Amino acid sequence: MAALDQTQVKEGVDQETVDAVREVGTYKYGWDTDIEMEYAPKGVNPDIVRLISEKNEEPEWMTEWRLAAFERWTKIDEPTWAMVHYPKIDFQDQYYYARPKSMEVKPKSLDEVDPKLLATYEKLGIPLKEQMILAGVEGAENMPAEGRKVAVDAVFDSVSVGTTFQEELKKAGVIFCSISEAIKEHPDLVKKYLGTVVPVSDNFYATLNSAVFSDGSFVYVPPGVRCPMELSTYFRINAENTGQFERTLIIADKGSYVSYLEGCTAPQRDTAQLHAAVVEIIVEEDAEVKYSTVQNWFPGDENGKGGIYNFVTKRADCRGDRSKVMWTQVETGSAVTWKYPSCILRGDDSQGEFYSIAITNNMQQADTGTKMVHLGKNTKSRIVSKGISAGKAQNTYRGLVSMHPKAKNSRNYTQCDSLLIGDKCGAHTVPYIEVRNNSSRVEHEATTSKVDDDQLFYCRQRGMDEEEAVALVVNGFCKDVLQALPMEFAMEAQQLVAISLEGSVG
Amino acid sequence: MALPQPNQTATEERLTSLTMPDAGCTRKAREAALSRVREMGLPGRRDEYWKYTRPDTLVSAEAPPAAVFHNDEPMLFSEFDRLKIVFVDGVFSPDASDELELEGVKIDRLEDICCKDIHWAKELYGVLEARGQKPVQRPLAALNTAFATDGVAIHVTGKPSKPISLIYRHESETSDAILHHIVRVETDAEVTILENGPAASRFNKCMEIDIADGGTLHHIRAQGRDHQRRAATHMFTRMGSEAVYKSFTLTVNGVLTRNEQVVELTGDDAVAHVSGACVGDGDFHHDDTVFITHDAVNCESRQVFKKVLRNGATGVFQGKILVKEGAQKTDGYQISQSLLLDDDSQFLAKPELEIYADDVACSHGSTSGAIDETALFYLRSRGVPTEDATDMLTLAFLAEAVEEIEDEDLADVIVSRLKDWLARRR
Repeated sequence: MAALDQTQVKEGVDQETVDAVREVGTYKYGWDTDIEMEYAPKGVNPDIVRLISEKNEEPEWMTEWRLAAFERWTKIDEPTWAMVHYPKIDFQDQYYYARPKSMEVKPKSLDEVDPKLLATYEKLGIPLKEQMILAGVEGAENMPAEGRKVAVDAVFDSVSVGTTFQEELKKAGVIFCSISEAIKEHPDLVKKYLGTVVPVSDNFYATLNSAVFSDGSFVYVPPGVRCPMELSTYFRINAENTGQFERTLIIADKGSYVSYLEGCTAPQRDTAQLHAAVVEIIVEEDAEVKYSTVQNWFPGDENGKGGIYNFVTKRADCRGDRSKVMWTQVETGSAVTWKYPSCILRGDDSQGEFYSIAITNNMQQADTGTKMVHLGKNTKSRIVSKGISAGKAQNTYRGLVSMHPKAKNSRNYTQCDSLLIGDKCGAHTVPYIEVRNNSSRVEHEATTSKVDDDQLFYCRQRGMDEEEAVALVVNGFCKDVLQALPMEFAMEAQQLVAISLEGSVG
Repeated sequence: MALPQPNQTATEERLTSLTMPDAGCTRKAREAALSRVREMGLPGRRDEYWKYTRPDTLVSAEAPPAAVFHNDEPMLFSEFDRLKIVFVDGVFSPDASDELELEGVKIDRLEDICCKDIHWAKELYGVLEARGQKPVQRPLAALNTAFATDGVAIHVTGKPSKPISLIYRHESETSDAILHHIVRVETDAEVTILENGPAASRFNKCMEIDIADGGTLHHIRAQGRDHQRRAATHMFTRMGSEAVYKSFTLTVNGVLTRNEQVVELTGDDAVAHVSGACVGDGDFHHDDTVFITHDAVNCESRQVFKKVLRNGATGVFQGKILVKEGAQKTDGYQISQSLLLDDDSQFLAKPELEIYADDVACSHGSTSGAIDETALFYLRSRGVPTEDATDMLTLAFLAEAVEEIEDEDLADVIVSRLKDWLARRR
């Protein structure tokens, strides 16, 4: 953290903010688990694709699907448009499949899982026991029992270790399992939805993922069901030189609701590691999905050595009328982040929301944002993005808001604020705005002074000075975003709450 | 990286249709520009910087014909005392122009700068254009440097008593004009440059402006009303300490317009304002592309662009503020707004910020929408007929951009043109 210590912090940025960012910069999850692993040979080719498919005991159609994706991947180029720079990745110098030896025969229940693996998650604060109290969450014992249950799917390198609360969820009709299990147990659902939101040929990394994804999570919430607990997946990369390619598929059928959380960490290593995930969400009529991420992959050391290259494609398709999706992300990790959780607002009156806090420090680079594609009538979207950059880091917001000619009476509101701590870092904004009808309103702003006038007036009326009032309103708003996160993530994210947005630039 | 084949083919086709003028001392600069064009290739449909504007008719070997638009309206600025420099279809017309004599300024035709051995001009021609090729390529500007057939060199040493007015007449339906002007404003000198007229069926214009410490340049431009005309213009401006540059552009009609402004603030305390108002009806595509680089301390930049669009017109805004490392105390502001008068029109915007300094205040905003129904209702409830009320609100919307013009008389002329446009479209 030497870089930040020596940084001259300009007036108006308070110490609390600097400390909070510094705190975020010390990586707590850099240890590794010493466990016997089984690898597929290095590199990627049709044989490796077949091997992964075989290891997952997949049906023929799935293997074919993967091979077609691989074929496509060999024909497309790596994208270079993002404001991130890194040495050329040798895609043949990676392992595409790694699983703990003990997972060779899939354990039937969590009791049979290698204690070392369980200990790993325990240490990360994600106990894989169906216990009532979340470790590390103070005051949780005072909460009603129902409110604190979180079902966890734990993914360790290339395989899912186990999924908790499966029985209880089954009672509600909710399917929550690893995607490898879903391909075997629910092939019809997978066949119907897989690749319909993020097509195989979507982009370089998504195509690679389609070919070599090893595991991930699958969620299906039947019509009219409100998922009785939060669902979560915890991704851990442990093996060296190994890429993680997970695939998540979430289907919220008519009138259902689900909240899904995702967390990720990796050990501290000198060489960069690749992570290319795909998340697809399908939201049917009147359904609602909340997707929260605290991304805390190893960011590399202060000289930019090591770290995770995080190339992620996340997209939600609001197919039904009045469907709703909300992305919340706190991005603190990864050496390079390339991630644009998007919403396709196809159904009339559908809604998409994107809340993001991205913090980069040292040599980290983040190019992240969202796409809101308005296709249906009366669709609404809101984008709130806060980028904080320190050390020699580069932080870019890149987004698209598109109003199609048929998306009458639609609304978008976008706000992106950036804060720079020190004079060696950068903050960038690259929004694309496309308005193709006149009954829609699109507003893009990048200023912190634009807090709600009524709220300000109220505060000032109570005797606060302007600055105090603004701080209160802005902090209150920021808290809202963080509180949208589940409790265990809120703990991690809480350190960021102290960050004030004073001295921001748009 | 090798050029994609379609770009290369289009580039070579375009180049064969042009001949480099025998230009003596600008020859070296022109040849360097030509090799830049070959290296970059002319823009194609897949170029990111041309995402929202199709460049094909701007780069084609032959200019698409454009009918000359006849109207009995007097040319803009005709009531002002000014020094007129007239180009007809891109060719300087000595008869229509005034004597190029004015105190505080020295004006020469581009082709004369060599025989008169004008040092500053040789050191400026193609130089700012070449600088402006990074980080984003502007091949049409390099093409201009290489093949410009005419233009003027304006050297401002004092404070001339009246504006210099560049008038571009369009008389031939197939004219394809390439003009290149260079302007040097010396320390503490001040000048106003006016530009107006449709110029040609297809117009490629480049202006390089070098403003020394404390110099001031006001630029007001109105692009002519010929419906089928096409234009690609570039203004490259480099500014010293405490220099001031204020540029406003009014665009009415024209099937395709791409106006690029590349401003580099290299001296402390410089101020750059770039603004524009455009009103488009029907077959109208208007693109404002602005790139402002802050490379000094305590500079201010403003971008204010307003577009009123109807009957399928398209407005594009690509604006960027780049604040380099060390350019502290930068005050950067950017607003782009569109008023869509019907459902067929569209507004496409990419307002970018790229910031490498921490003590800066940069903000940008972009909005798009229809006429405010509440405001309309208010005016109607006060007895204002709907059409008048719509015009009032449209003018009010455009006012923020027009207000960027410092000279009130000039601003009034622009406003009256906008009123006429609205009245014609009733």
